[in-house]
Parts: sequence; structure tokens; C-alpha cells
Amino acid sequence: METGTKVGHAAELMDTRFDAGIPPGPIDEKWERHRFDMKLVSPANRRRYTILVVGSGLAGSAAAASLGELGYNVKCFSYHDSPRRAHSIAAQGGINAAKNYRNDGDSVFRLFYDTVKGGDFRAREANVYRLAELSVNIIDQCVAQGVPFAREYGGLLDNRSFGGAQVSRTFYARGQTGQQLLLGAYQALERQVGLGTVTMHTRTEMLDLVVADGRARGIVTRNLVTGAIESHLGDAVVLATGGYANVFYLSTNAKASNATAIWRAHKRGAFFGNPCFTQIHPTCIPVSGDHQSKLTLMSESLRNDGRVWVPKKAGDARPPDQIPPDERDYYLERKYPTYGNLAPRDIASRAAKEVCDENRGVGPGGRGVYLDFTDAITRLGERAIRERYGNLFDMYERITGENAYRVPMRMYPAAHYVMGGLWVDYNLMSTIPGLFVGGEANFSDHGANRLGASALMQGLADGYFILPYTVADYIGRTQPDKVAADHPALRAVEEEVLERVTRLLDISGTRTVDSFHRELGRIMWDHCGMARNDAGLRRALEKIPELRAEFWENVRVLERNEEVNQSLEKAGRVADFLELGELICIDALHRTESCGGHFREESQTPDGEALRDDGHFIYVAAWEYTGSLARPNLHKEPLHFEHVRLVQRSYK
Amino acid sequence: MMKLTLRVWRQKNATAPGRFVTYEAKNVSQDMSFLEMLDVLNEELIGRGEEPIAFEHDCREGICGSCGFMIDGLAHGPKRATTVCQLHMRSFRDGDSLTIEPWRARAFPVVKDLIVDRSAFDRIIQAGGFISAPTGSAPDANAILIPKEHADLAFDGAACIGCGACVAACPNAAAMLFTAAKVSHLGLLPQGQPERDDRVRKMVTVMDGEMFGSCTNIGECEAVCPKEIRLYFIARMNHDLIKAGIKVRKMSQQAARI
Ligand SMILES: Cc1cc2nc3c(=O)[nH]c(=O)nc-3n(C[C@H](O)[C@H](O)[C@H](O)COP(=O)(O)OP(=O)(O)OC[C@H]3O[C@@H](n4cnc5c(N)ncnc54)[C@H](O)[C@@H]3O)c2cc1C
Ligand code: FES
Repeated sequence: METGTKVGHAAELMDTRFDAGIPPGPIDEKWERHRFDMKLVSPANRRRYTILVVGSGLAGSAAAASLGELGYNVKCFSYHDSPRRAHSIAAQGGINAAKNYRNDGDSVFRLFYDTVKGGDFRAREANVYRLAELSVNIIDQCVAQGVPFAREYGGLLDNRSFGGAQVSRTFYARGQTGQQLLLGAYQALERQVGLGTVTMHTRTEMLDLVVADGRARGIVTRNLVTGAIESHLGDAVVLATGGYANVFYLSTNAKASNATAIWRAHKRGAFFGNPCFTQIHPTCIPVSGDHQSKLTLMSESLRNDGRVWVPKKAGDARPPDQIPPDERDYYLERKYPTYGNLAPRDIASRAAKEVCDENRGVGPGGRGVYLDFTDAITRLGERAIRERYGNLFDMYERITGENAYRVPMRMYPAAHYVMGGLWVDYNLMSTIPGLFVGGEANFSDHGANRLGASALMQGLADGYFILPYTVADYIGRTQPDKVAADHPALRAVEEEVLERVTRLLDISGTRTVDSFHRELGRIMWDHCGMARNDAGLRRALEKIPELRAEFWENVRVLERNEEVNQSLEKAGRVADFLELGELICIDALHRTESCGGHFREESQTPDGEALRDDGHFIYVAAWEYTGSLARPNLHKEPLHFEHVRLVQRSYK
Repeated sequence: MMKLTLRVWRQKNATAPGRFVTYEAKNVSQDMSFLEMLDVLNEELIGRGEEPIAFEHDCREGICGSCGFMIDGLAHGPKRATTVCQLHMRSFRDGDSLTIEPWRARAFPVVKDLIVDRSAFDRIIQAGGFISAPTGSAPDANAILIPKEHADLAFDGAACIGCGACVAACPNAAAMLFTAAKVSHLGLLPQGQPERDDRVRKMVTVMDGEMFGSCTNIGECEAVCPKEIRLYFIARMNHDLIKAGIKVRKMSQQAARI
């Protein structure tokens, strides 16, 4: 376990070893042609190939179910007690698709364009175009499964506009879109389990990847009930293990969401793409005290009717109803007259931080801004607001004890999503042959900032419509032989995993796992959160290795490995966050431009907006693990923009 | 700040005997969620070298269905339509004594402390809780028109989070509300019609084969359901089941005649 303390200095390589493999041809024919060029596996042979799918959120369940339907022998893994619990279940707002059912000018090209622009021109055009094309199939697929999307009285599907889009292309299911989409995928998956094509391993956590003869050939897992360390062999491995926003400790992610699977794969050779591209969501319920264990997101859709404001005067402690209108600063409407309260996430988040830094924040601790529905209630009536957002208002009241029909909500930004993840090519394959990555776990389509309602779309596009083709193509092209169950690589990884588990239990220090996690989170939030600068990042790069060293000397994990041991589970995850945190800061330090969610204070326009440096940074930063955490190798995948013109994002 | 006395069920694993252990929870703030209160207690226990209380949780937003235990005999505690992760300490008073124990049902064996095994629910879904729509086979989404009222009612069933509170609250430990919610969600949609009879029969058969009890219409399940799923769905499922049974009989009579 490395505990090196040097500040990262990246060796830069213009690499030829890794290639995105973007198919030739016009952008709207690439995927079609590529599918035609793919190798097929005959139905009779599919059963002979085993595919390991780690994760059963939207991306994993969809991939496992679809591969099972095709006839492959699929083994699917999740640390949850059921696939239906995955973090995807919590998505509220909706899922985008270029159906143009509203006839309001939407199209595949417009969704593609919006996504590339929203990502601040740091995503691959070809991938994003394919995503926009597949978006329409996703809605069809989900409706056929029985996903109860919102409908109009005539029986047709309803849409809304979401997250700064100027067309209504978001499909939704009350405030529970993620739940309904995941249940659809879960049911398709359980159907395959019933038919015997998929074996589901619940309460089973992947702790390492087995690479044998240069290919991903298996995983090593821990049974969370018995502690047994086991290996599973396969012909291809798919990681769909979600995002790593919990590196900030406080985030909107589910408590168990973690980076272990992708981090272990990274240390076995998979490059890590754009780790510093993390997204902060502007509307979350503020922290209420030291006991805070997570942050709750309030759907962005609230900004359709809520107005964001703070007092004009610094330190104004009057209750909101006693602050007259002319002493309020509706700062989003003031600064962004066109988009107003609907300004994109990164912009709205930074603006909130700015006013709180000026001591104009509201609520306990001064880290909050008002989201006020008074005008909407006057205009539309309380009933209309209750119909639109009733469940969100209820949730707000359960958590804060406040009735938002009477007093404005208080909101503050929180870590929410990661655009970064394992680097993958057009086939969603990592730099380790046979290792595929889907959903939030890969770095792919959102560039430096993700638009609202696009993560669900990407997870399902990967799972239902891309991986089933590209994994099959890999199997067809390589026709892998079986690896022997006693392959030395396998035994070696198993032993390493066991050694690590034992070591965590043997430290017997004095600090709890959570206390380390909180401290790491604070370092990340302070120095690598909404705004970043050279000095702060260097500071973080000193502190993280120190904290990691202390962790390995002083963490306290009680009991043994033979049964459910939740501290042990957390300890392994936090150990990996303590390493990943360093890579995030190294990446953030090297990218001296601002773009999307990555705001470098040194790089801003005169009026304080993010300033890209296209001359130096139009590339994906793909980091290779070298054996030293402080000195990863940087590989650059240049990005080419042929269909969208590079412009400075402006939401004024 | 409040102080509470907690009697908590501790059980090392599925086979070990369990017992109640009493803990003091000090410095409890009103703004804590119930699980945060347990987090703080657990940090203290680890500090003292005692094993923390194991409980299941993940989203802490009332949607994943991971959390759930009994507080003073009530599934998910005293607040209506609220999972235990969304229950906040302002629902309690300084000096309260609370008894905390896992779901008690034969079909949900205890794994450890407050964690139980709910995999029987997954097996009920495997039996038929789906619409067979293999990837790629779907028609355009708007080719299927669904009246809003049907879609809304289907949604009320689909809102189930699979937490198991219904089973835990039922004196018979029946899984009728869970099963009926899924049968109704899918059975109310046009896409769900072709498999409707088959689905209800298969799901009920598997449900009966697990260790759940039978329904005697007491209604405790509806009272504790954090998603307010209504007893109405159970009546609906029973109706579907009878209809499906009659159809099967008719079909076999026809087959006998041919
Ligand atoms: C509160 C909230 C609201 C959101 N709302 C929206 C929205 O409205 N629209 C939108 O598009 N996006 C939204 N998002 C983002 C979106 O929900 C996620 O990006 C997406 O669901 C991720 O899906 P996934 O399949 O990649 O991963 P997850 O759903 O996170 O699934 C990960 C899976 O991997 C398993 N796993 C992980 N590691 C291991 C391991 N080591 N071993 C075994 N199993 C493992 C887990 O058990 C789980 O099954 C929201 C996110 C949050 C936090
Ligand atoms: S933790 Fe997810 S519902 Fe309570």
C-alpha cells in the first residue's frame, strides 16, 4: 500500500498505444456501419462464453439482462442484497431522449449538440452522437417493459424541459424516474435469472480484477455474509459499478457507492479518464450538523418554479419574510437574464458559493441560499405547486422540519456525480483487453459537465444497446480459450486480496473508518471542490498521502472476516478513496484551464466565468498507474470537433 | 440535545442466538435522522472497542428499500409514510426509551443484528414479476396509448420499494401487499395483458412456496407501508387470480374435448 508523500509530477506522453477506435464515415453512419463490421457469435456457441457483469444498477442490470437474452452465460455481482437497491434507484428528475414528441425543434443532432456544448467541449463527438441516436430506443424499450412514465390525458407520453434545455425532451415518472427505470431493468434481469441464463451473486463485493496473459479474465470477490474470498473466471468482464462522488464523503450518492472496482482495475492497468471532472449539484438540502451522513438532492426541476435569492446585505439575519423585495438579490436572474434560475448546474453552484463567500448566505452556518416558491404559489395556486412537487416538499419537510409552502427552501450545492471514470474506447473497452466499463463508472460522454437527465440515458444506452454488441464482438474476434482455474495470476490476486483484508483487521488503531472518510472529504471539498487553485491543490496533495499513511497505521476495524462486518467493508472502500483522491487532485492540478465542473480560479473571464484553454487542453487526460501513486503517467487522447463549433459557453 | 435509551437486538449471525442489549444515546439532535443517531452511537461503540450495530441502509432518501426495522413494535417507526432513514429525531422526546429489533418473519431470516434476508422477494419477481420484452423488440413508445388514470393507478403499485415492512407488520407475515403491488402495476398496463393470467398464478405459487403466511385482511401492511400502497391492490390481485383460474379450467376442458 503506497503512502508516498511527494507532490504529483506527471510525465506526459503523446500516446499511440491507446486508440479510441472511432469508426470512419459520416457521424450519423458510424454506429450503423460499425455494427455491420462487428463479428457475430453464433447462437449455439454463446452459452460456452461466460461474461462477468459487476454492478446491477441501470447499466449493469441492462447489460446483464440483454446479454442473458442473447444466450451468453452471465454472472452478475452486486454488494447489495438485491439488484433493485442500486444507487440508480434514487434518480428523481428524468431521462432525456430526442423523440421530438413535442414538435419543438428537438432532434438527434440537437441533443448531440447540447450534450457536447453542455460538457464544455471535452467529450468525444462520435460517442455523444451515438448516445443521442440510441436515446429514442431507450424510451421504447422501457415503455415495453411497463415503466409507467408520466402521460397526458390523451394517453400519450408527457415531457418536460429540464436542466437548462430549451426543448422539452425529458421523460419522467413522477419524482421517481430512476426507481421506475431500475425496476424495469431489474425485472428484465430477474426474468433471466429465472430462465437460468444469468446467475445473480448478491451481497458479493468485487475486490480485485484478474488479468491473465494480458486480458481481463476474472474477478476476486468477498462474500459479505461469510467473508469468503472467491474467484470467478470469465471471457470478458464488464464493470458497471457507478460513480465515486463519495470521495467527498458528503454527497448525494447512496452511502455505499464507492470506487473500489474501478480503482482496483486502474491499478491492474486500466487508464483513468479525467478524474477531476466531478459535478456539484446546486440544489441540495444544506448540512445540519456534524452528524450529517449524506446530502439530499432536491430535484433540479424545482428551479422551473422556484426563484433563487439571498439578501443583498452581508450578514443580514432577518427571517426571509421580513426582507423586502428590493433588499433581495435574485442573483441568477440578475447575472444570467436568458437562463435565469435555470442556469446549468456548474454555473448555479458556483454562483451560490460566491454569494455565501460574501457572507450573504442564509440558514445555520451561512452556507445556504433561498429557493422561493412564493411567486409561483401566488401565480398558479398552492394546489398546482403541490401537484408538481408535492413529494419533494414532503421530503424537504421530513428532513428540515420546515414547510416550504410557507417559508422558502434553503439549498446549498453538494457533490453529486462524476464525469470522470475509467477510460474506454468507442466499444466501451478499457485499456485492458476484455475489460468493459459502462454507466457512471466510465469517463465517456459527458465531457467536463453532465446535463440533467443524461446519466440515466447514458447508463441505459451502454447497458441495453452498446455493450451487448461490443462485448459480443470482442468474444467473436478473440474467441478466448478457457483459463485454468489454477492459473498463477488468479492465485496471486486472491492472496493479495486476503492479505489486504487481514491487514485492515490487524491494524487495531484508534480512529474509526468514518473519521478518516470525513477528513478526506473535507480536504477534497475545500481544495478540489467547486473552485480549485494551484496552491490549494498542492496543499491537498500533501495532506492526502499523510492521511493515507495514518489510515494504514491507525484505523480501527473490529471483529473478524468471517461474518457481516460493515466496518471492514467501509475500510476497504475508504482505503481506495484515499488513493483516488490523490489522482483527482493531480489531474485537477495539471489542467490549468477551467471547463465545466472543473473551475480553476486562475482561469476565468473578467466577469468570473469559466475560461477554457482550447489551445492546450482539448484532450482527454487518461492516467496510467505506474506503481507510484504520486507519479502516474499522463496520456492524452486528442479531441476533434468537426460538427460543433467551439464557442465559449454563455448562458447570459 | 436529547438523551435516549435504546434496547437493541444483537445477533451475531443467522444461527447464533440473539438478545437485547441496552445502550444510551446521548447528544441526540432533533435534526438527526434515526440512522444518523445510530451512526453516532456506533462511532462511540467502536471507540469503546464494542462491535457496532449492523443495520442495512444505502440511499437514506426513502427510495432504495434497504433500511427497515421495528421501533417499539412499529415497522419503520411511528411516522406515517416514512422509512426509518427519513425518520428524524424530532419525532421523539428527550428521555424516550425505544426497542429496536429486526423484521420478524420466517421468510426473512436474520443475517445479523437488524439485517434480514429478503431474497424471497426477488424470487417472487423471478417467477413472473415482469413483462417479457427482450431488448430491441419494442415498438415506438407512443404507439401504445395508456389513459392517464390507468397509468397513474399502475404507478401507485409500481411505487413499492420492496422494504418488507408489510411482511414485518402482518401478524401472519404474509407477502400479499408486495406481490399484489407488482401484479397490479403490470396488470393495469396494456403491455402487461398477454402474460397477465400466467403472471399472477406463477407469482402467487412462488409466494406460497416461500415461508410467508396467508392473508386474513387485517390491513397492518397498508398502515405501515412507507409508500402508502393500498389494500385495494390485494383485492385486485385476488380477483385476477380467480379469473386466471377459471380460464385455465375452461382451457383444459376445451383441450379435453378436442
Ligand atoms: C440523488 C440523485 C439523483 C439523480 N437524478 C438523476 C436524474 O434525474 N437523471 C439522470 O439522468 N441522472 C440522475 N442521477 C445520476 C444517475 O442516477 C447515476 O449516474 C446513474 O444511476 C448511475 O447508474 P450506474 O448503473 O452507472 O451505477 P449505480 O446505479 O450506482 O450501480 C452500481 C452498481 O454496482 C454495484 N457495485 C459497485 N461496486 C461494486 C463492487 N466492488 N462489487 C460488486 N458490486 C459493486 C452496486 O451494488 C450497484 O449494483 C442522479 C443521481 C443522484 C445521486
Ligand atoms: S436507506 Fe434507502 S430507503 Fe432507507
